[in-house]
Amino acid sequence: MTIAAALGSEAAASGPAAAPPGTSRPGRRPRGGAYLLLAPGLVYLLLFFVLPVVALLATSLYVPVPGGDVGQFQPALEWQNYASALRAFWPQLVRSFAFALVATVAALLIGYPMAYVVAVRLRGRQLAQGLLLVLLVAPFFTSFILRTIAWKQILADDAFVVSALKWLQVLPADGRLTATAFAVVAGLTYNFLPFMALPIYASLGRLDPRLVEAGGDLYANGLTTFRRVTLPLSMPGVVSGTLLTFIPASGDYVNAVLLGNPTSTAMIGQVIDSRFFRVADYPTASALSVVLMLAILALVTAYVRRAGTEDLV
Amino acid sequence: MAHGTTTGVQDAAGPAGATDGPTSGGSGADLGLVGVTKAFGSYLAVDDLTLTVPAGTFFALLGPSGCGKTTTLRMVAGLEHPTSGSITIGGTDVTARRAHQRPVNTVFQSYALFPHLTVLENVAFGLRRRRVPDAVARARDGLALVELPHLADRRPAQLSGGQQQRVALARALVNSPAVLLLDEPLGALDLKLRRQMQVELKRIQTEVGLTFVHVTHDQEEAMTMADQVAVMNAGRIEQLGTPAELYELPRTVFVANFLGQSNLLPGRVREVRDGWVGVDVGGTRLVVPQDRAVSTHGDVLVGVRPEKIHLLPADEELSDDANVVGPGRVTDVSFAGVSTQYQVEVPGLGTLGVFAQNLAGGAQVALGAQVRLAWAPRFTFGLDGSTDASDGVVDLDRA
Repeated sequence: MTIAAALGSEAAASGPAAAPPGTSRPGRRPRGGAYLLLAPGLVYLLLFFVLPVVALLATSLYVPVPGGDVGQFQPALEWQNYASALRAFWPQLVRSFAFALVATVAALLIGYPMAYVVAVRLRGRQLAQGLLLVLLVAPFFTSFILRTIAWKQILADDAFVVSALKWLQVLPADGRLTATAFAVVAGLTYNFLPFMALPIYASLGRLDPRLVEAGGDLYANGLTTFRRVTLPLSMPGVVSGTLLTFIPASGDYVNAVLLGNPTSTAMIGQVIDSRFFRVADYPTASALSVVLMLAILALVTAYVRRAGTEDLV
Repeated sequence: MAHGTTTGVQDAAGPAGATDGPTSGGSGADLGLVGVTKAFGSYLAVDDLTLTVPAGTFFALLGPSGCGKTTTLRMVAGLEHPTSGSITIGGTDVTARRAHQRPVNTVFQSYALFPHLTVLENVAFGLRRRRVPDAVARARDGLALVELPHLADRRPAQLSGGQQQRVALARALVNSPAVLLLDEPLGALDLKLRRQMQVELKRIQTEVGLTFVHVTHDQEEAMTMADQVAVMNAGRIEQLGTPAELYELPRTVFVANFLGQSNLLPGRVREVRDGWVGVDVGGTRLVVPQDRAVSTHGDVLVGVRPEKIHLLPADEELSDDANVVGPGRVTDVSFAGVSTQYQVEVPGLGTLGVFAQNLAGGAQVALGAQVRLAWAPRFTFGLDGSTDASDGVVDLDRA
């Protein structure tokens, strides 16, 4: 939903802006035609983005029909829905962002070196680069849910990983991995790793190796050249990667459902899911969705401003 | 300003030397290459190169693309490592040192300015890495030296090619390296700007007194700027000397053709007497001073530069001591303002080029005229006759 919102608003913003250059040419009258070509996209956005968001906003203010059945609501402007939803579910909201943040940092720490090796160390060796990229993307060939279920099996109490960790005394005798916060964050990290690594790979692939040579020529050792030249120039990739990981991870509920437990690792996506489909408490679910959207929007805006990469692209 | 900058540059030589190894007090240092060879797989890019660049000289490595000049430069910079041989700077062996440990800076052909940093931060980059105290002030001095102090806060992408080139130069110069390396730094500039930068580079080099090693394929550029030129071909140095020495007395066919133009006439040595070599060229006797002849027996090439030749009417009386060929027929006359270039076809010898200054205004010899070509024997040079006489001829589309 949130990604759709981001993409939708971007498309909506660039649409009209793209038309004027064509109209300025003399001897043509493309104005009508250009807008006509936009029509399918506009209709699509209206039907599948604008209307649902409006419906969601409206639903979040509904009140139960007096004396009505479960799941029966009527239009109203009940702003208290937001207050009560936040009062009841703020821990899950905070936990979602915390899990997403830890997973994003972990994915960055794992994904950056991967991208660096493929893009920089193996520059010019196209076969090796291609093979490693295929390995990176290979998980996408299986469904997201199947992969997460596989992790559930791998991390299960009676499986190899847990017994090995117990034998190494990393885990206590009654310790477990599934149904813990660790498993949820690990699942998030794993599932979104390609979204982190690929943009960084693209950024590093465009890096002019002569700039790295220039760093060495100007008395910077390998580490300093990385810190002062390579890393700043790969920031566009890092920013896209972290956004592509953080945004879906904070709204994700598959990992929390399959690898966590219903109480101490519940994420906001899980709550919204159960409010909508199990309890039929549509106003609370809608209010939480709106809050999640706005919170992500605020966090992302602050982050992009802070990262300040606009003059690198 | 000029004096202040020079002083600043000398002060900065301390830290450069501090990366251990002495540098000779801010005025650059000797650069020595001994038996340096670089092989890429089975391809020998640089072949047993031995070379000394004295401190404070403007040295040019001149050669066609692929002759190994850039590889040589990169080995001095530490960006490539020699397969064998050693490199010394100021008497210290730096062969095993990494690029960042060498008191050397490079002006890259592509400039390689950091796009994420301002012009000022680009120039200050090397100073900051060596923790020079007033890096920003030094960087500003450096920008002043290349006359761009007003662009300090711009990004490289906002500058023109010529401005980027100057920033790259300032970025290297502010570190007052023992040796400054220039890798075809003017290659991307248009002709007018290139001429202007040639003069400027020479001025800056004189002003800062550093050792400059300049790599170029442009023979005019090398001759205009350099004190010493090494002409490279196929990984080896063909000849080393001042521009005038190389031009007036080329020792190989490659140098004779790559530096300027030459008329090379194949002949056979008939006699060697009193310091002169007599050569039979297609039935005509030409003489070459013995000390200007690479070979004094067998097949040789007799060479003369086109501007040394005078065109004479076919019937004019001549003194005995001149080298004369012809008569031949003028097949082309091209007027170029200061001079006129003639092509004269001499039966049995081929076509010779002649440059004549337009002292009397306009071309003096008409197309199709019968002329003889005469020049003073002391301008004649003799080359090894076993080489292809077209070795080193510059392609017209590249010149």
